[in-house]
Amino acid sequence: MKRLKGDVVIIGAGAIGTAVARELARYRLKVFLIDKYPDVACGSAKACTAIIHAGYDATPGSWKAKLNIRGNMMYPQICRELEVDYQCTGSLVVALTEDQVPHLYELLNRGRTNGVPGLEIIDRKELLAREPYLNPKAVAALWAPTAGLVNPWALAIAQAENAVENGVQVLLEAPVTGIELDQSQVIAVETPQAVIETRYVVNAAGRYADAVAALVGQNNFHIVPRKGEYYVFDKRFGYMANSPLFPVPTAISKGILVTPSVDGNLLIGPNARDQEDKEDLDTTAEGLSEVLSQALNLMPDLPVKDAITNFAGLRAVARPSNDFVLGPAPGVPNFINAAGIQSPGLTAAPAIAQVVSDFLQVAGLELVGKAKFNPFRHDIVTFRDKDPEEQARLIQSDPRYGQIVCRCETVTEAEIVQALERPIPCLTIDGVKRRTHAGMGRCQAGFCTPRVVEIMARELGLSWDKVTKRGGDSRLLLAHTKGSVTERGAGENA
Amino acid sequence: MRKLDCDVAVIGAGPAGLAAAARAKTAGAKKVLIIERDREPGGILQQCIHNGFGLHLFKEEFTGPEYAYKFIEESTTAGVKLLLNSMALRIQSDGHIYAINKMLGMLNITAGAIVLAMGCRERNRGAVTIPGSRPSGIFTAGTAQRFVNMEGYLPGRKIVILGSGDVGLIMARRLTWEGAKVIGVYELMPFSNGLTRNMVQCLQDNNIPLHLSHTVTKIHGQERVEAVTVCKVDEQLNPVRETEQIVECDTLLLSVGLIPENELTRDAKIEIDPVTGGPTVTDEMETSLPGVFACGNVVHVHDLVDNVTRESWLAGEGAALYAQGRQVDGGFIATKAGAGVRYVVPHKIRLASLKRKNTTLYLRVLEPDVGVKVELLLAGKVVFSRREQVVRPAEMVSISIPPERIVASATGGLEVRLVKEGERA
Amino acid sequence: MTETHELICIACPVGCRVKAITQGDKIVSIEGNQCKRGEVYVKDEIFRPTRVVTGTVRVRGGALPVLPVKTEEPVPKPSIPAILKEWSQLVVTAPIQFHQVIVADVAGTGVAAIASRPLSKQKADNKTA
Repeated sequence: MKRLKGDVVIIGAGAIGTAVARELARYRLKVFLIDKYPDVACGSAKACTAIIHAGYDATPGSWKAKLNIRGNMMYPQICRELEVDYQCTGSLVVALTEDQVPHLYELLNRGRTNGVPGLEIIDRKELLAREPYLNPKAVAALWAPTAGLVNPWALAIAQAENAVENGVQVLLEAPVTGIELDQSQVIAVETPQAVIETRYVVNAAGRYADAVAALVGQNNFHIVPRKGEYYVFDKRFGYMANSPLFPVPTAISKGILVTPSVDGNLLIGPNARDQEDKEDLDTTAEGLSEVLSQALNLMPDLPVKDAITNFAGLRAVARPSNDFVLGPAPGVPNFINAAGIQSPGLTAAPAIAQVVSDFLQVAGLELVGKAKFNPFRHDIVTFRDKDPEEQARLIQSDPRYGQIVCRCETVTEAEIVQALERPIPCLTIDGVKRRTHAGMGRCQAGFCTPRVVEIMARELGLSWDKVTKRGGDSRLLLAHTKGSVTERGAGENA
Repeated sequence: MRKLDCDVAVIGAGPAGLAAAARAKTAGAKKVLIIERDREPGGILQQCIHNGFGLHLFKEEFTGPEYAYKFIEESTTAGVKLLLNSMALRIQSDGHIYAINKMLGMLNITAGAIVLAMGCRERNRGAVTIPGSRPSGIFTAGTAQRFVNMEGYLPGRKIVILGSGDVGLIMARRLTWEGAKVIGVYELMPFSNGLTRNMVQCLQDNNIPLHLSHTVTKIHGQERVEAVTVCKVDEQLNPVRETEQIVECDTLLLSVGLIPENELTRDAKIEIDPVTGGPTVTDEMETSLPGVFACGNVVHVHDLVDNVTRESWLAGEGAALYAQGRQVDGGFIATKAGAGVRYVVPHKIRLASLKRKNTTLYLRVLEPDVGVKVELLLAGKVVFSRREQVVRPAEMVSISIPPERIVASATGGLEVRLVKEGERA
Repeated sequence: MTETHELICIACPVGCRVKAITQGDKIVSIEGNQCKRGEVYVKDEIFRPTRVVTGTVRVRGGALPVLPVKTEEPVPKPSIPAILKEWSQLVVTAPIQFHQVIVADVAGTGVAAIASRPLSKQKADNKTA
């Protein structure tokens, strides 16, 4: 068994773990970021509503309330440094009936208490002028100008890449199998590939954070996976919402909303169903119909027939607190939790990273800044958003920009190849999709799959039937056809 | 940026684009250019290695690659220029096309007339909303066909097919012949969506059961498909939950319909028929943007390539005449889908055409029926009718109107309806 | 000893469901068909069903790894498995001409298997998407 040695091991490479990794990369520390999946951003980060919330929802004084506002304010700079798409769109909470209007004022007051800037109630006329496709019965709305949109997996990937460029080491497909303690101090984290001796551990294990905490004897919270289901609509309907449109919230969620995505699609969801199973990401007929019927209340002309996909995500809800669980495990001072990070967790992520860093310092970790920390990370240079002159220059610089692979999202071969050469290894079709958008469009990978598989096989030196969707047993092609064992690769015959 | 100019630019070198380009040449266009995104011409025909193409037009059965070869040869011989590995990114209303190519870079193409022949894409899981997990092993039938017939790979070994579209039926046979087990084909509607020939030669020949009025209600499996839940549907097409059954499989193929691929068309602000999903066209296959023509599956989804070819000849000729400034003037009469008819193409007929030549109307019916008449009505009066022994939504009906048969003016419209024989609507 | 056959006629799009009763190599009765063509189809389909068989064979050094092939004429239906098996063991070398004969007599049917398309040699450029 390989033995590694570091200062901090971060368990979980989602939006939170990668934010912590990037934060700690500023200091002279040996940091490991580990995840059980074959890629970063495989948990909630790949399936959430992708909104940077303004911060009027959370109970004043809670971690959620404090870190929402703080995180929200950090986003413009982080996204600029990391070249992650971010749009400050503002958001609206829409009252569809007169009797919902008092709720808007409740949110307005809570938001002001939380310190959310710019909140105001707007009337029907103003509302429909801004959002012409909204249900015309709407009577008023709460306008929160600081809300925005981000692509959560792009953010997590960017944070992880920037962390790696600044010295953090990432181990994927490395589930935690045990944590070694010595007199209530963590001394090592065990994974099947390596034992990592470490001075500190950060638990950012998402829906498994309770199981990881239990390894150091912490049993005072547990994580309930709360499923949310979504529909995504074709980009040509992105214009139907200019900002996230929330209904008046319910006791357990912000309600089923209609929102543009930062990539220009229209998205509806999520519903909210607590479950026991931490792996059950199935969409359900009931759930999807609940999402659709509620979203239709907000926007009666939704292009129901132009849904391009649906999916489900799990929020990690911490019980009993229902708040973020931040700080050391009781009696284990060098084990710091960043758990129970449900909405507004994405918004709070950069602030959570700072809080975790503070906790580590309090626990005795010396944070000495690195002279050479580089906060900037360059994204794959995309073709689709450039003007024709610029596109012409790109093709000149690399002819592979002249070959479209994914026609729905206008992704070129150059981008696919770049995705395979980034600081975080990208070895799966889903990984390529998250980094380039190939396969994310209206045909949902019908046309580009053979081309993406071909490029991956070529660049990674694999036979086609070894290429997987997301690691493990998720191969796409099971064998050669009878008449074809070729020189292309050493696949078995059917 | 490289500038190119031509008389007629055709987008897509599938059966539609190839036929249109060759015909544009013979109709007098000097420089005809096809922009094709794939590495070779022929389009989807190259992966349709089964036979049955061309029976109606050539009284002979070809395989897809043979049919494609015929038209590739014809257009090359005619002097059509083929730009492969090239993607049209945008069409401007003034006739400029931006396209890219690895070797040539960004191209700014000026064309006297344009023919849109981009074909269609397959409806996928998202479009039909199948709940469940998201493992690997879910393919549209056409993607699976490409893997098997052109890349030599088998996508699965135990296969369930949802939808009885022709590609699905063809793949049921093909995969069986490759040693896979096709467990069954499940079709939501109470009737098949494929050609009868395919029902017999693909399913019956290979003892593959077809389950009508059935659907897949759930996909199981974390990494790879492990099973699907199948279920009967009632007359409103709603699942009857008590009939749910879990079928073990490693692959789900979807053959649930095709959608004309009109992103370029929409960007150019060309009018789209919401029923066909394609541009509205005249009998010369001209779209709402003058000088831009369209043909084949980009206009409406065909079941026979023969009709694609016929339509594309019209588009090629129309584009050539337009580019030469020889388009006929005069008004149009609009067509309209009446009782029992889902849509009619073309959407407008030039009055001069009705006088001078055979005009063909293509239509799809809403439901299967026997012993019906297709009637054309002008101002409430039946001006043309034809008996059809049997009509099915899966099989396009074409009605050919001889010259001078209908005398119409630009007012009102030509309604096409279905009447049960012996009844008056 | 009579035998009952139920089949769908594919001579035209009507798709009549035909019931035929045979005795030995003779049709005793036939019902359900609406035309003469149906009768011919049913006779053929019962006594000597044939199909054009299509498939792929492996290619060495081609622009594609597999080549689509077909039987030049319809072959007896029972010979299909033997044809497919023969094709699965074949390797051809690019370039291939259109309608090039791949096997002169496939699986003893007396019918040739021919290439459905031309196939050029693999070019460097074909390796890239």
